[in-house]
Amino acid sequence: MAQIIVVTSGKGGVGKTTSSAAIATGLAIRGHKTVVIDFDIGLRNLDLIMGCERRVVYDFVNVINGESNLNQALIKDKRSENLYVLPASQTRDKDALTREGVGKVLDELSKDFEYIVCDSPAGIETGALMALYFADVAIVTTNPEVSSVRDSDRILGILQSKSRRAEQNLEPIKEYLLLTRYSPTRVKNGEMLSVADVEEILAIKLLGVIPESQAVLRASNSGVPVIMDQESDAGQAYGDTVSRLLGEEIPLRFVTEEKKGLLKRIFGS
Amino acid sequence: MPKASLELKGSSFTLSVLHINTSNLDSIAKELDLKLAQAPQFFIGAPLVLNLSALGDGPLDLSALQSLLVSRQLVIVGVTATSATLSEQAKAIGLATVKAGKSAPTPAPPQAEPTPKTTRILRQNVRSGQQIYVKNGDLIIIGAVGNGAEVIADGSIHIYGALRGKAMAGANGDNEAVIISTCLEPELISIAGHYWLTENLQKHGVAAKSGCVRLEGDSLTVESLPI
Repeated sequence: MAQIIVVTSGKGGVGKTTSSAAIATGLAIRGHKTVVIDFDIGLRNLDLIMGCERRVVYDFVNVINGESNLNQALIKDKRSENLYVLPASQTRDKDALTREGVGKVLDELSKDFEYIVCDSPAGIETGALMALYFADVAIVTTNPEVSSVRDSDRILGILQSKSRRAEQNLEPIKEYLLLTRYSPTRVKNGEMLSVADVEEILAIKLLGVIPESQAVLRASNSGVPVIMDQESDAGQAYGDTVSRLLGEEIPLRFVTEEKKGLLKRIFGS
Repeated sequence: MPKASLELKGSSFTLSVLHINTSNLDSIAKELDLKLAQAPQFFIGAPLVLNLSALGDGPLDLSALQSLLVSRQLVIVGVTATSATLSEQAKAIGLATVKAGKSAPTPAPPQAEPTPKTTRILRQNVRSGQQIYVKNGDLIIIGAVGNGAEVIADGSIHIYGALRGKAMAGANGDNEAVIISTCLEPELISIAGHYWLTENLQKHGVAAKSGCVRLEGDSLTVESLPI
């Protein structure tokens, strides 16, 4: 049986798709057969971040409606043979997702894959509810600011009440916090919540802290998941995050301000 | 077509029913006067149905009872649950014998047998958007109440964790209810309808500390607790 991981947040623009792409790619390059599904029907983005937008023929909604089979819709990643992408439909809306349809697709994927990563849309409507309903693990992506933290709290409440595991009284979903766009300098200046602040409010296990980084935008624009850029801080932080997801205990990095060298201090960065 | 000069339509009315438990007219008159003195306006001209079930087949001077009631400005429209003989008497003095529909459940007097108080214990964080309500009881939360969450109880609320959302104790009007939290930073805190916002708490110097909020007279007070 595959493990179903939902990357969710409530709030938009916090880095769900970037994180989904990075984590799925990370799992795949470590040898786990992984598929990443875009649940953002109508606002398809994952294919761009994964760099496979020119190869989308059939999509998730086609499979649900029986207009194509799964193998026709799955796009094999060029970088890792363990990784597949199931893109969203751009021409439909979230109502195209039905619980039975999504359940059937996930069941079928479970036979072939070790990990199914669901990239949730923002909000708490049908799309987001469908993405989280079948989840075993939830990665709650949060920016260190109050509105994002509150929306994450809301999503945690929904995970505990409206998911399959909650409805059927099974063991609850494993909830992890992924703090993204973290800037130690701004935390130090009091402009941003600290890791400890967010952990205290949300009270769930911290999976990783991804620093605010130029590398993320660069990666998005070039269609290469940022985790492939192992030179960058964000890429390394996602690498650590995947390790922790696989059960390794490793210390947090990039949470304290980087000391600037003498030359940098004189000439600026 | 000319309009018919009369029409017959069924309709139901709510009538008060006066239960007659004795045939002793003196004691009826005495108790009635006491009752009327309590709420004279309520009874004047009020249509009444007499329920005579307690008398069984026993004798009763129905016309004397009627004049007794009429003299006190009560209007008798009929009798119900009567024996055959009393029913005949009623017919003779022009009272209808009515059949009670489904008799309205007698409202339980408020002081009689209060349902036992319950306590609900939650071992979890109450998340934004969640609402917990405990009817007729206390709420104990071992965990935090997030911003945008609401916890409500008819009794008291104890939170072993931070209170950042809304807490409303004594929702049913219990002035003795309290709210206790190990970290008071609520959006709103209310006891029996008297409420405070964060700024009121800050004025009292206990924001983000442990404390107990109570109602004293008409205003809330807070005391810090060593927990």
